[in-house]
Amino acid sequence: MGWFKRKTEGITTSTKDKKETPEGLWYKCPKCQTVVTSEDHASNFFVCERCSYHERIGSEEYFQILFDDGAYKELDKGLASSDPLKFEDTKKYVDRIKESQAKTNLTDAIRTAYGKCDGQDLVIAAMDFKFIGGSLGSVMGEKIARAIDKAIKTNSAFMIISKSGGARMMEAGLSLMQMAKVSAKLNLLSEAKLPYISFLTDPTTGGVTASFAMLGDINIAEPDALIGFAGPRVVKETIGRDLPDGFQKSEFLLEHGFLDYIVERHNLKKEVSHSIRLFTS
Amino acid sequence: MATFLDFEEPLKALEDQIAKAKEIAKDAELDMTDKLKELEGKLAKKTEEIFSNLTPWQRVQLSRHPERPYTLAYINAITNGTFQELHGDRNVKDDKAMVGGFGLVDGNTVMFIGQQKGMNTKMRQYRNFGMANPEGYRKALRLMKLAEKFNKPIVTLIDTPGAFPGLEAEERGQGEAIARNIYEMMNIKVPIICIIIGEGASGGALGIGVGDKVLMLENTWYSVISPESCSSILWRSWDYKEIAAEALKLTSEDMKKLKLIDGIIKEPLGGAHRHHEETYSIVKREIKRQITLLNKLKPEERCAKRIDKFCNMGVTK
Repeated sequence: MGWFKRKTEGITTSTKDKKETPEGLWYKCPKCQTVVTSEDHASNFFVCERCSYHERIGSEEYFQILFDDGAYKELDKGLASSDPLKFEDTKKYVDRIKESQAKTNLTDAIRTAYGKCDGQDLVIAAMDFKFIGGSLGSVMGEKIARAIDKAIKTNSAFMIISKSGGARMMEAGLSLMQMAKVSAKLNLLSEAKLPYISFLTDPTTGGVTASFAMLGDINIAEPDALIGFAGPRVVKETIGRDLPDGFQKSEFLLEHGFLDYIVERHNLKKEVSHSIRLFTS
Repeated sequence: MATFLDFEEPLKALEDQIAKAKEIAKDAELDMTDKLKELEGKLAKKTEEIFSNLTPWQRVQLSRHPERPYTLAYINAITNGTFQELHGDRNVKDDKAMVGGFGLVDGNTVMFIGQQKGMNTKMRQYRNFGMANPEGYRKALRLMKLAEKFNKPIVTLIDTPGAFPGLEAEERGQGEAIARNIYEMMNIKVPIICIIIGEGASGGALGIGVGDKVLMLENTWYSVISPESCSSILWRSWDYKEIAAEALKLTSEDMKKLKLIDGIIKEPLGGAHRHHEETYSIVKREIKRQITLLNKLKPEERCAKRIDKFCNMGVTK
């Protein structure tokens, strides 16, 4: 026998009086399940207050964090993918692009911008993972190339925020050569003696890791980000056994000598602007 | 026994007939000249027919033909036995999937670098199926810097199913090693000629694939992913490799059309796998021609053109 007993059976609240919870008001951390209001979560840089899990964020959020007063001038906004290969798998590439554009309100997987970071000139190219996995295609290559031109022209520091599954298969050879294209441009940036900060966030794999993401004057990363050449599933299949804990995470890369430092999002602006100052003072 | 791919079967039938006719002629002391002539004519016609209508997937199959010559075979033939292999990245170990060293091409020293595949099961394992580890790419870079120091041109021969995706490879920075090579190769002051002789798979190929002239042998492929892996990722099944090969535009012709490579080296009719010596001499002639042309440019000019070429790759709107 229970201690309490319902006097009337069933739900008696009328539909009219039901209280709706608005969507997106709460954020639940996927790692520790802590629930906070979305507002608090955003003001905490989209980092879990309890376990400091860094939620994946996009270019806009990074621009807001890094540029003074969140003010910046976006570069080459209109640059979009064409489909020279007429690529079609289970879906046409052009349709895939259109769908992604409609869904994300972005033109491609990267945005580039120019602004000030603690008063210092900075050009940032930041990827959006939600646009076809932040994949590297002709648009990303061209946008980064032009952003580097801008940095050289304005004598600014340059930063790439990587968040990508790698090269965009639907552009085949063209996407492969974007790795070479950006690396070529970085040679020119280097000749101009301007600092290039490569910031790797979760996840950075494939062709992006095998080119410009690893070529920073300094390579820095967010905590616990997956960073690798081959994806963990492929490595696991190759070696035929389970991967060690923490494999291909930022801390692992730092330990193996491929990162200069790991930075929490709270300190991102402070550390980046300090790095730039050390390069240029 | 020669290996024939499925679409080459008609050639095998004709070759068998020719062999048989020769045998009869010998045993029965018959004059089979006319018959042989007829059969050889047929063979030539059939070869032409098959090889002028190859599908992208058939080219992929040819690029992996077990009798296709591998890197060291090219190097030894082109340098006429003067090749001296150099080993090690001076850091971790010597990667057997990546070979390199100096050799003489008609009296002039050239640095050769390339992925090496094995001829039999044991050697395939020894060479890790032509899949280099980071130390392979770092050895390649060390040798390129060596060539630069002594002002010798560099020839890279590309034939890899990809960079090795192993655990140690990740620990030692496979991504960084490839990235570093791509970056450094843009600015190496001596001529660099890259030739795809078999498979040109993604970053593993590009890691030694930045040059003043990037050329593909006719029956090879070069792309961001193999058709099999592309099929498994985009179609979630291994069964679409032919369609994927088509879609990826990975043949020498398509890559040239897209301006992603500088030229195609024609193979003898019937493919490099049937005509080793002829292929070596064609490749050698091309290397000599390109070195002569590239030597006319000043080093700075060459690097600027190289960088400019790669900066112009891609199509947007």
